[in-house]
Amino acid sequence: MSTVASPARPTSSGISGRTINRIVIYGLLALFAIFYLMPLFVMLVTSFKTMDEIQNGNMLALPQAPTFDPWWKAWGEACVGLTCAGIKGYFWNSIKMVVPAVLISTLLGALNGYVLTKWRFRGHTLVFAMMLFACFIPFQSVLLPMATILGSIGRFGVTLQNATGFNFGLGNSTVNLVFVHVVYGLGFTTLFFRNYYEAFPTELIKAAQVDGASFFQIFRRIMLPNSMPIFVVTVIYQFTNIWNDFLFASAYAGTGDVMPMTVALNNVVNTSTGVVEYNVNMAAAMIAALPTLLVYVVAGRYFVRGLMAGAVKG
Amino acid sequence: MSTVAETTAKLTPEHDARPGASVRSRLQDLLPKIVLAPSFAATIVFVYGFILWTIYLSFTNSKTFPSYAITGARAYQRLWRWTFESDPPSSWYTSITNMGIFGFLYIFICLALGLFLAILLDQKIRGEGMLRPIYLYPMALSFIVTGVAWKWFLDPGLGLEQTLHQWGWTSFHFDWIKNKDFVIYTVVIAGVWQASGFIMAMFLAGLRGIDGEIMKAAQIDGATTFQLYRRIVIPLLRPVFLSAFIVLAHLAIKSYDLVVALTSGGPGGSAWLPSNFMYEFTFKRNEMAVGSASAVIMLMTLTAIIVPYLYSELREKPR
Repeated sequence: MSTVASPARPTSSGISGRTINRIVIYGLLALFAIFYLMPLFVMLVTSFKTMDEIQNGNMLALPQAPTFDPWWKAWGEACVGLTCAGIKGYFWNSIKMVVPAVLISTLLGALNGYVLTKWRFRGHTLVFAMMLFACFIPFQSVLLPMATILGSIGRFGVTLQNATGFNFGLGNSTVNLVFVHVVYGLGFTTLFFRNYYEAFPTELIKAAQVDGASFFQIFRRIMLPNSMPIFVVTVIYQFTNIWNDFLFASAYAGTGDVMPMTVALNNVVNTSTGVVEYNVNMAAAMIAALPTLLVYVVAGRYFVRGLMAGAVKG
Repeated sequence: MSTVAETTAKLTPEHDARPGASVRSRLQDLLPKIVLAPSFAATIVFVYGFILWTIYLSFTNSKTFPSYAITGARAYQRLWRWTFESDPPSSWYTSITNMGIFGFLYIFICLALGLFLAILLDQKIRGEGMLRPIYLYPMALSFIVTGVAWKWFLDPGLGLEQTLHQWGWTSFHFDWIKNKDFVIYTVVIAGVWQASGFIMAMFLAGLRGIDGEIMKAAQIDGATTFQLYRRIVIPLLRPVFLSAFIVLAHLAIKSYDLVVALTSGGPGGSAWLPSNFMYEFTFKRNEMAVGSASAVIMLMTLTAIIVPYLYSELREKPR
């Protein structure tokens, strides 16, 4: 073992060296903070400016006479393609899609995770691996078959409608998207719950079993009350992903008044009829970003945990 | 060794060995599998079945509508031919070249910037709690919002260029977003902006997990801060590098929305990635077989990266 005689770090370079060091570090951190905040800042100030001010003023300047008009216009009047009724309808489309999709996929994920950790059977690792791999596939590789199937289901829905007067939601774009997001979100929700339940003491479940508790009783009475953190993580993760999805949305609900928010926003921005109203575009972008931003502000810690859990297992 | 597996194996109720167990208890034993079955079946059908379906379609001559007569590997032959058609560039050539540029720069810059920021933030910074969320929030935004914001910011007539002109730097010129040779780099900028904060968080978590004793020992041995990081900390972060690489590679290959929102495909489709190629050929140009073939190639690329990773992750875990 080498003698630990070498002097501790040469702190003799003095306080000034250290101070400069600190200034550089803080300076760099501040610079990067500006880099990350800039687009949001520009988007926000632009959404409160009049078109006059945008054309003649500076992008970074604060609005001289802040106005909410662009926001109202984006919400209620902006043109998406040929309809000019604002983005409010599309916002609700997204809500109607996100809520059931998140709830169903999270609950199924919890049950799957429970089975895969506490009721193992031969081949459980293979089942999990197959579900896990599904998280990572580029969705382009399933896009077309799903479009074909959804098309057939839609035609079946029409037949059903004619026969019974009710189509049971078959062919409804929102229902389709809920279905798609549940199917392709299952991998992640299962992953989250599996890793969480893995650390859950199996002895407790054994004890409950000895006492005669059934599969669902154990799930409801023992697992669920102890799953709050992972529920929050999963719900936030799924909410963000599904709200922000564009590929499925544009492929299966890409036109008409069934579009979700992301598709509608892209259309608002790319609608080229008349004068481009940048302030309205920015307000629309802000409205589309608000739900996920809000979740991030309120529960950022859980959001990060979800991202991490999706990236690094365990 | 795998203690967990053993205890759980015993969990399966003993009475199922007993003959004459009631139907009810047999059902109870099957219940876990019944609960898991729909999810697993959905995965088999809608993931693996659909992938096979896509592969099948790529060997047909489907145009606007799927056709199910196998006609050979024509779609792949065409893609292969286009791979070398650089002058004028074919859409496929542009897409895969862009994928190379975007993938490399996006992954590399995100890793470098993420590590750099994490190291800076790990210097006992006051206000870390405030800075971290600022670096990370873009990850909560949709690619469409990111695209819209950066489209505005990078627009020569409205954004950065205009602003600097107003401030007196009139020779400043930045029109990458309208330039077919440079538009892909704007996608890199926006992509890095969105994901680098998350990579920072991954590295920071890794840094916080390093045993303080090791650091202390190295400092006592007289290592400078630079040496400390280069020789000790960064090698210890290797698992984080791997995870971050996987995340970024996966995001890069899947990138689609950002190109659409930021560039609308770029002048003449010059910002396309393979994902855009797939979408356009399948749904807009009525070349379904070619679109399917490109999707298969995307899938195989991703599989080559993900499967070894998942395999090692799932295997080395008898804890």
